[in-house]
Amino acid sequence: MTTAQTQQRQPQQPAGAEAAAKRRSARRPKLVPGILLGVALAYVLVLLLGPLAGIIYYAFKSGVGVVGQTFSRPDVQHAFYLTFVIMLITVIVNTVFGVLVALTLARDRFPGKRLVSALVDLPLAVSPVIVGLMAVLLFGRGGWFEPFFAARGIQIIFAVPSMVLVTIFISIPFVIREVVPVLQELGLEEEQAAWTLGASKAQTFFRVTLPNIRWGLLYGIALSAARAIGEVGAVLIVSGAIQGQTETATLFILRAFDQFQDQPGYIVALTLAAFSILLLIGIETFKRKRSREAG
Amino acid sequence: MAGAITVQGLTKSFGAFRAVDDVSFEARAGEITALLGPSGSGKSTVLRMIAGLEQPDAGSIWVGSEEHTDKTPQERRLGFVFQHYALFRHMNVRQNVEFGLKVRKTPRPEARSRVDELLDLVGLGPFGDRYPDQLSGGQRQRVALARALAPRPQVLLLDEPFGALDAHVRQELRRWLDGLHRELGVTSLLVTHDQEEALELASAVVVMRRGRVEQAASPVDIYNRPATPFVAGFVGASNVVRGTVQRGSLHFGGTAVAGADHVAAGTGAQAYIRPHDVLLTRTPADRSFPVSVERRTDLGWMSKLQLRLTDGQAIFAELPNEELDGIEEREHVYANLRNAKVFSIDAGEPPAGGADDGPGRAAPHTSDENEVLAGQPGHE
Repeated sequence: MTTAQTQQRQPQQPAGAEAAAKRRSARRPKLVPGILLGVALAYVLVLLLGPLAGIIYYAFKSGVGVVGQTFSRPDVQHAFYLTFVIMLITVIVNTVFGVLVALTLARDRFPGKRLVSALVDLPLAVSPVIVGLMAVLLFGRGGWFEPFFAARGIQIIFAVPSMVLVTIFISIPFVIREVVPVLQELGLEEEQAAWTLGASKAQTFFRVTLPNIRWGLLYGIALSAARAIGEVGAVLIVSGAIQGQTETATLFILRAFDQFQDQPGYIVALTLAAFSILLLIGIETFKRKRSREAG
Repeated sequence: MAGAITVQGLTKSFGAFRAVDDVSFEARAGEITALLGPSGSGKSTVLRMIAGLEQPDAGSIWVGSEEHTDKTPQERRLGFVFQHYALFRHMNVRQNVEFGLKVRKTPRPEARSRVDELLDLVGLGPFGDRYPDQLSGGQRQRVALARALAPRPQVLLLDEPFGALDAHVRQELRRWLDGLHRELGVTSLLVTHDQEEALELASAVVVMRRGRVEQAASPVDIYNRPATPFVAGFVGASNVVRGTVQRGSLHFGGTAVAGADHVAAGTGAQAYIRPHDVLLTRTPADRSFPVSVERRTDLGWMSKLQLRLTDGQAIFAELPNEELDGIEEREHVYANLRNAKVFSIDAGEPPAGGADDGPGRAAPHTSDENEVLAGQPGHE
């Protein structure tokens, strides 16, 4: 969020600033930046690349054959499938409602707006485990909403609906937080220009507003997706982690290590990590394009 | 095609602030009418209500014989040009101009030829593939104009269209818009705070202040026959001198000007005098009065002079150097006033600044009125 904002404020560095920076670094002794660079690089290597290298090493330690075996296991396949389904639903719901909420927050004035704006960030502050517990309290045995769904034969807790629910809750802030500043920067004039040219509200949204916020929106979606596939705590509590039923990829990894199946665990972990890196590349691309659209 | 814009009793408040207060005027068909006023005078709000971008609290809006008051912006089919262009930044120039045709489902070939026609009209034929951020401010505003004109609107509304441009480009675009209007003859309403722009482009001027119409008249009448002290002070530069009224004349500084019959004898009043209506001679002439020259600034072909009256009030004069007879600083000469306009000093009307450096500028609202001198050549 903070990095996003700083990026936004400096869309194009004036040429003068670059030259000034060059002059400054030329005056400073070379040793200090050298050490700083070394420390920064070591930090990144040890903390980020180290674990990744470890996972890769252990995933392939006893041969590539295990990789095939792992992916052909029905519980692994189901876990990936479930992770994908939960991510997909989460992203769709958070995109649609995120844009609606962002439009309201950026455009409308209503009492309690600051409170709503603060509430949107709540999922970032609350531990996912607590989110899971709240869901259990609401939908579990003796919970407020349990009789309603039980009477209709709908299982929420220990089933996919509660897993989707907590994942949506946890990734609510991302789309909203990324789209609101872009909308504010955009202002109303382009939309009003579209109205005076005869465009309906729907035409204006799809032809003017949406194209203008697309990179910010995609950035928020990518963040949501990354958050959704990585979620453990909340999902663990509400799902019961039933193998082949309510076990996501991350929950499979937990069970694998519990049962000393280290290598399948590493392989699944590596697959998730690879997907996250892809998302990360997407996120970086969107972020750059978005800062250009906001600036 | 072209229809007149008629506005009746238009009123709009934002919270407790009454932005537009019972405004009525007519913008004649096929002409440019200027809405002139300082910032915060409500002129933009009037324009936005005519466009349907704001909803009036009271009053009615007509274009030709059609009532527009409760129509949506989409239904009004007006062209609107924003101060900051409001171009669609993800579309190139062609797509921007084509937008209004596309959303109204104009057949493709027709839309295409209309876009070509408009790009030629605004002189941006070769720029069709450029994006707004690749254009200069002046070019952007011409694209915005082409976009507004593309669906053949009945009227064109321009909200400070040159406000974001630098002085040179502004001059150029002003002349260009004048030519364009002569060619198209579309009824236009131009919002501006620049009196020169209003006087130059418009065939009728509506001067607004604090949400109300001060005067609606031709540019010549606005300048030569201002209806209120505010108009006298805001349109063109004016000296303001105070005096007392006796027998229908305003007396001050050893002289008197006629035209104070509307003010009760014995009360205070103020006269508005254009700097170029102050004539100077070395020798006394009919109805002249003594002044001393405190400062003279020579601009080559003309001079600005700061004069002190015998009662201590200061006025400015602007005279061509050939009429100045070599008058220099610290000389005692004789002045004659032409076309002084006398207004009573109403309780609610703070005197409108002017070239007066005396008291009477204290009113809190005068940030607007302080720009009185902006009309002088070389200023702004």
